[in-house]
Amino acid sequence: MNIIVCVKQVPASSKVQVDPVTGVLIRDGADSKLNPFDLFALESAFSIAESVGGTVKTLSMGPPPAKAALDETLWMGADEAVLLSDRKFGGADVAATASALKLGIEKMGNYGLIICGKQTTDGDTAQVGPELAEKLGIDHIANVIEILEATEEYITVVADMDRVLQTAKLKLPCLITIDKDANTPRLPSYRRKLEFQQKESVKVYSVNDLEGADENVLGLKGSPTKVERIFSPDKNLDRRMLTGSSEELSDNIYTLLKSKKFI
Amino acid sequence: MGLIVNKEKINESVAAELVKLCPFNAIAYENGELSINSACKACKICVKKGPAGAITWEDETAPQVDKSLWKGVSVFAEISDGKIHPVSLELLGKARELAEIIDHPVYAVLIGNKVSDFAKELLHYGADNVFTYDDEAFSDFVISPYAAAFYDFIEKIKPSSILVGATNVGRSLAPRVAARCNTGLTADCTILEMKDNTDLVQIRPAFGGNIMAQIITPNARPQFCTVRYKIFSIPKRQNEATGEVVNMQVTDSMKKSDTEIIATEYKPQEIDISEAEVVVACGRAFQKESDLEMARELAELLGGQLAGTRPLVEKGLISPKRQIGLSGRTVKPKIIITLGVSGSVQFVAGMKGSDFIVAVNNDSEASIFDVANVGIVGDIYEIVPMLINKIKAGEL
Repeated sequence: MNIIVCVKQVPASSKVQVDPVTGVLIRDGADSKLNPFDLFALESAFSIAESVGGTVKTLSMGPPPAKAALDETLWMGADEAVLLSDRKFGGADVAATASALKLGIEKMGNYGLIICGKQTTDGDTAQVGPELAEKLGIDHIANVIEILEATEEYITVVADMDRVLQTAKLKLPCLITIDKDANTPRLPSYRRKLEFQQKESVKVYSVNDLEGADENVLGLKGSPTKVERIFSPDKNLDRRMLTGSSEELSDNIYTLLKSKKFI
Repeated sequence: MGLIVNKEKINESVAAELVKLCPFNAIAYENGELSINSACKACKICVKKGPAGAITWEDETAPQVDKSLWKGVSVFAEISDGKIHPVSLELLGKARELAEIIDHPVYAVLIGNKVSDFAKELLHYGADNVFTYDDEAFSDFVISPYAAAFYDFIEKIKPSSILVGATNVGRSLAPRVAARCNTGLTADCTILEMKDNTDLVQIRPAFGGNIMAQIITPNARPQFCTVRYKIFSIPKRQNEATGEVVNMQVTDSMKKSDTEIIATEYKPQEIDISEAEVVVACGRAFQKESDLEMARELAELLGGQLAGTRPLVEKGLISPKRQIGLSGRTVKPKIIITLGVSGSVQFVAGMKGSDFIVAVNNDSEASIFDVANVGIVGDIYEIVPMLINKIKAGEL
């Protein structure tokens, strides 16, 4: 079975610069890493490929430095990695991101299963996976915590639906998103790293390389949502600041709790 | 949409000025020709600050959506654990506030099996109409049938805005349906407002920094957003319900699915910090397991729950189920006491709905103090044990 794992490079720290004029993220320069949630998606893909046979390819959209995140997927065990990189992809919201990934997947050929991490640590939306499934016209199931069985025809998984755990059997091709801690991700292999350093590793495609690309659905232009403004959160004006000795301060809290009847 | 170089206005001095102006070195002038390369971030400084008319910004050429055809603020009513999920009621309250600004009706869409009683109940929480898709095929949440019914509702009723609870069901369904409508979706909004032109103003913490993003969907309908549980308040139940339930037709094509549910198993009831009335939340000041003991004791003495920030979960000091914040739970207790929490935007998003916030931190500049009702600048390792002793002794 051919499996495609969608990954993303995210900022290593939580400080990200935002262009104050366009509200678009400025990502280059800052330290980055592979989205931690994607590690669980990758591990699921590798173990399915090992048991059923097949290939694992990884796909990302981002600026040229995002190659580093894809390199890591190769060292972990991916057979092939593709980066969609073009100025025309820039400033994409969830919908435009899903549109771009769809083009990338179509370019990568046949697939049985698409696996995404549950969410990224920078956007935190958990929306790209389901939107991508819709655009590809395949079923999806989110928050998968366990893969019970995978064959060439179907996959059986357990998904976390808040109050219940759902055991579901999905016909392939389909898309699943993997929850955190669904497995123990493997580490990148040093031997593979050396191997891949010998050859051109990550394939980079621009919009022109993608068949049927419609610039109207990509990047800033193809994003239905627009960031209107960026601002600092409201500060609570109704507040008191107390300083003093620890004895006094603990008295203050005690009196407060007592007056509000928590004690 | 994009930057247009107006050649007739370009001469050597204008070009030199523009090249210098661009903070990203994206403008080049060679052989009498001005070009913009891929380093451009569309910051539009060249448009705003450059020589007038040399570079202009061409806006949307896409056809404008006719917003007057889309009417109603709609809520996806989720049935969970045999009852209406409280987040759906919270959203109905917010939907009413938003709808009144633009004089739109409030709708609920309800998909499930044998849901007529729930539909009637939703009328008591302010829905003008509840549209139901009632069929055995909807007993379990399965993506294709639910998405098909939801999409049918949108096609037939054309609601302007749609609010969905950010539960696991909502977070799976909303993007699916939004994509089908070729419209936008904003996740985990913490503030919602309405413009006179029916644009839904969606505000959410963004980009990890201490920043809020205000997002609109200016040229597509419906406008989709998800909102976490406990961000808004449940409106008062009205004794008189004036609205009406509308039963929508369920077709065979809606029921088609490539997913088969084999088993549904209730998770064991776990600690749920989002229901707690008192929360003691620990931050990075807690370095090791034994430090947490005093916080746990304080929580117990107050009949509350222990919670913490993401770094503590990552260190393995507390369970992810006790994490407050955007990637954890949202809490709305009567009182929350934060201990050694600096107050990142993600954390604050998960607790700022608390009735009363007491923050203890040794750094008087910590951003948690921006939301605290009472800020205590001091050492938790001294203050908390003293406080525990006082509570035990019933002193003062």
